[in-house]
Amino acid sequence: MSLQVAISHCFGGFQLDIAFEAPPGLTVLFGRSGSGKTTIVNAVAGLLRPDAGRIALGDQVLFDSARRVWQPPHRRRLGYIFQDARLFPHLTVRQNLLYGRWFAPRDSRPDEIDRVIEMLGIAPLLSRRPGALSGGERQRVAIGRALLAKPRLILADEPLAALDEARKSEILPYFERLRDETRVPILYVSHAPAEVARLATSVVALQDGRVSRHGSATDVLGDPSVTPLGAGAAGAVIEASILRHHEDGLTELEAAGGLRLLIPSVPRAPGTPLRIHIEAQDVMLATQRPEQISALNVLPCRIRALRMGNGPGALVQLDACGNLLLARVTQRSVSALGLQDGQEVFAVLKAVSVAKGAIAGGPQPG
Amino acid sequence: MSLLGPDEWQAVALSLRVALWATLAGLPPGILVAYALARWEFPGKQVLNGLVHLPLILPPVVTGYLLLLTFGTRGPIGGALQEIGIVFAFHWTGAALAAGIMAFPLLVRAIRLSIEAVDPKLEQAGATLGASRLWVFATVTLPLTLPGILAGAILAFAKAMGEFGATITFVSNIPGQTQTLPSAIYAFLQVPGGEASALRLVAVSVAIAMAALILSEVLSRRIAKRVSGA
Repeated sequence: MSLQVAISHCFGGFQLDIAFEAPPGLTVLFGRSGSGKTTIVNAVAGLLRPDAGRIALGDQVLFDSARRVWQPPHRRRLGYIFQDARLFPHLTVRQNLLYGRWFAPRDSRPDEIDRVIEMLGIAPLLSRRPGALSGGERQRVAIGRALLAKPRLILADEPLAALDEARKSEILPYFERLRDETRVPILYVSHAPAEVARLATSVVALQDGRVSRHGSATDVLGDPSVTPLGAGAAGAVIEASILRHHEDGLTELEAAGGLRLLIPSVPRAPGTPLRIHIEAQDVMLATQRPEQISALNVLPCRIRALRMGNGPGALVQLDACGNLLLARVTQRSVSALGLQDGQEVFAVLKAVSVAKGAIAGGPQPG
Repeated sequence: MSLLGPDEWQAVALSLRVALWATLAGLPPGILVAYALARWEFPGKQVLNGLVHLPLILPPVVTGYLLLLTFGTRGPIGGALQEIGIVFAFHWTGAALAAGIMAFPLLVRAIRLSIEAVDPKLEQAGATLGASRLWVFATVTLPLTLPGILAGAILAFAKAMGEFGATITFVSNIPGQTQTLPSAIYAFLQVPGGEASALRLVAVSVAIAMAALILSEVLSRRIAKRVSGA
């Protein structure tokens, strides 16, 4: 089941005009604040009625301005995970979890509740009230509440934005499990490239109320023309699998085209698919293979595109054995090295610059 | 009761009955009007708001006289109701109606404030989880508004207990039928040697008012604790 969205909406002098299709899996709406992400999610949820357009989930039409179709939010069977959790303060955690279930069709397996509680690790919280929970606990309960409403689509509006780094890394794995273990499509709003890199099956990049790019995480994040947050936050995603573990605490990965990468130890079995996020500012370029250098990854590449920024910087898109990489260098270096499209160069990447948080289990095939 | 004479006891019992009914009957329309004023936009909203607050501003005698004109046996509504056996004029139900109308603004104000304090985002969350508007109201808005409803109800009860001007204008001062606490105190003060009775009723008034205040404090604290979820 896929979600089709094509809407236009005008508010406060801002024109939103977008169309995309979210396939099964996790689709990230990626863009800076004010690019219209939350408006789109609220329109899908039915909390906002767009001026015109059509929204359909599988064969169920949620909104169609031409045919005057409008499903109110409570008939849409969605699970909306809000940035601020929005748990009901007067109900216990258990009552919060069961709230949506009460309105959902009663056809499910009885072990569903226990399974969700176990998956989210919230069994010790059940009799408490939301006021007594930490931010991370609240967000886990909110995820559970959305799941137990038996949604046909899960919406998540920057669910990690209100949390500190430690809480973020506590919640992120649950979204990975959601993506891999449920068959429900997920529409996930984010402005954090690291989240996009870890979670996205597909990415819809938004800029000024329009879709600037739509595709897989590797395609969208590896495109130097799509930098909704500026070149400073750009970074590509490489999908690889663990080849072997070295005795000195490094893990060797193999990506498409036989590309080898060394990164800090990832305690998973060889063969495990991984996704790593490589920030453009961590990649150096050399026209000749550097010798006597501490960086462990020296990757032969070909320049696919050069994009000069407005400031002193430039983004270089590289093809490393079929994998897309981005490098952020200065325009001075571009002219000093004489970099141009199609040129063979070497990308230099320190093993330790691949942060732990940027490594994630890749989406499981199928 | 040896503390109070039969006449005095009668006035106390009647007042309690009138105030209780005025409050209970006022609650459903009070919650509805408060919700409409807090959450809906509709033409005539300011007119409704004005109408609700009118008894607070008008001289009570005016309200009482207007009630007599509309709900009296010859009034347009009073006449029609009499046909089906409902009588307000010079009857304890009339006292309850007058007290209820006078207390209504206080009830609505308290409930409206607490409805406005409920985050609409929580109601949205309820809707996305499959609850229709009515269910969202019953399971989210209403429970979160409970402290305000309780505060409003107790305020309205106290106001209804003390209502004098509109009641005496509308339904007069008939012992056992429409003679509530304040009218009884007033009547006792008009006859020689009535001060002792009046003073006893004043003591009862103070006791009831204090009890209501303490009860409301205890209850609202307990509810607020439950609602805020500590």
